[in-house]
Amino acid sequence: MGTPVSAGALVTVSGVSFGYDGKPVLLDVDYAVQPAEFTGIVGPSGSGKTSLLKVLLGTVTPQRGTVHRQPGVAVSYVPQLETVNWNFPVTVAECVLMSRSTRRLLPWATPAEKLEVAALLERLGIGELGRRHIRELSGGQQQRMFIARALLRRPRLLLMDEPTSGVDIGTRHEVLHLLGDLNRDGLAIVLTTHDLNGMAAHLPHLVALQRRVIAAGPPSEVIVPDVLEQTFGARMEVLQHLGMPVVVDTGEPVRLQPVAG
Amino acid sequence: MTLWETLLDPFGYDFFVKGLGAAVLAGALCGLIGVYITLRGMSYIGHGLSHAIFGGYAAAPLLGVPIVLGAGAWGLASALAINAIARSRRIGADAAIGVVTTASFALGVALLTRFGTKGPAFDALLFGSINGVADSDLLLLAGALAFAAAVFTALYRQFLFSTFDPEVADVSGVHVKRMDALLMLVLSLSILATLKIIGVTLVAATLVIPAVVARMLTDSFSRMLWLSTGLGACAGAVGMYLSFQLEIPSGTTIVLVDAAVFLVVLVVTGGRALRRAGGLDDHVELPVPVRPVGASR
Repeated sequence: MGTPVSAGALVTVSGVSFGYDGKPVLLDVDYAVQPAEFTGIVGPSGSGKTSLLKVLLGTVTPQRGTVHRQPGVAVSYVPQLETVNWNFPVTVAECVLMSRSTRRLLPWATPAEKLEVAALLERLGIGELGRRHIRELSGGQQQRMFIARALLRRPRLLLMDEPTSGVDIGTRHEVLHLLGDLNRDGLAIVLTTHDLNGMAAHLPHLVALQRRVIAAGPPSEVIVPDVLEQTFGARMEVLQHLGMPVVVDTGEPVRLQPVAG
Repeated sequence: MTLWETLLDPFGYDFFVKGLGAAVLAGALCGLIGVYITLRGMSYIGHGLSHAIFGGYAAAPLLGVPIVLGAGAWGLASALAINAIARSRRIGADAAIGVVTTASFALGVALLTRFGTKGPAFDALLFGSINGVADSDLLLLAGALAFAAAVFTALYRQFLFSTFDPEVADVSGVHVKRMDALLMLVLSLSILATLKIIGVTLVAATLVIPAVVARMLTDSFSRMLWLSTGLGACAGAVGMYLSFQLEIPSGTTIVLVDAAVFLVVLVVTGGRALRRAGGLDDHVELPVPVRPVGASR
């Protein structure tokens, strides 16, 4: 098994297995991130979504398999909003500037850095909020701030962990549109989500994960009853609405096949 | 003697002037490093490390090692041991601090009781003392403050990033483990340098209270650093002065001044400032413009 390293891929994961304390989380996973792709990794809690992101990031070392990153490709990461300490004493501009943290011996921002941060915040629609405390932002604005922090590193690949977890519908739309715009500008985006109707169905490419890759492709190929049953362990109906799949949970549990270590 | 002469009387004593200088430096140092300690949720480590270094103070003379070197090495080893145990994830950081530092403190008490001490007196180590502040103590304090200021200036963004969001900092080019180890080194050195003035049992308060008060007064990280350092220095000066006038151990009066400032700020600002410091503020939802799905920017 294993995906051969493709010349153009930003990151190629080949035959990767990973686990914590002997418990497998990822098993023989193959996946290649192509330039300017926009992919959602879907699966329930514990399916290995975040672990796959960490493998792509390079913060964990797989127990088996290989990970190849194209040399010189900058990768940025946006954490879940729920994991952030919103009481931390930091303004929006200070937070964004954190990612520009190398080789400068003076703490304050240069005029060029200030201009760059202001332009970035303006581009993301929060230009007037640079001096606000991070707690004073709405959910969508907080997500934009972290995307700005990630973009300051000028990445070619943006990894996001559950970017719409715990946010309202308006914020979800706001984040989706913003990510769509960034992707159209050439940024590759890989995000995790367990929200099939609100998030996954709107993305151009999906990977269904249940420790192994169950299916990969456009939503029309991944959001289908058989794949969802193997991935989520529940029978679901899939309806079509305005050309998009809509998942209906019938409430019937299904016993997942045990995963061999 | 007039009231004015009584007030200025302490400044006629060389030992008081030295003690005052040491208290200002110690307060500023603890105030500065306390910002990082409290924001990382490590307030207890100051308490623990001071107890661990106490063991080093007791053991160093018996081993024929200079007290500063012996206690410093002991403190750093304790800090690294705490880090290593906590990172193993088998037991939490609080339990690791409890095991390593109380064992070290107990060893220090046992050694001092059995063999006596050639170094600072037992009471002075516990509660701090205005007496006997030597030029070398002042030099050590000034050196520790200069070192801490240099480290936190040169690595300002790295420390800020790794304190706020270590996971993302790690993948954004910040050597988080290196920052953690450097912070432990600065903390150990700071506690070592301030122990004689403030005392084992009270160092933790001088690390925590100025930082908490500063957090109550500002939402900006850089302002919090200045405020906490300034508050610590002022509390050191006032506390040392009161120590002389009231004949109470200097660590005690410095901490009481810190606590008084906390109470004043709490009363003046009301519960709002306390919620800011404690993370209890409600999330503020501002209006968000929503575009329909499919619309372009």
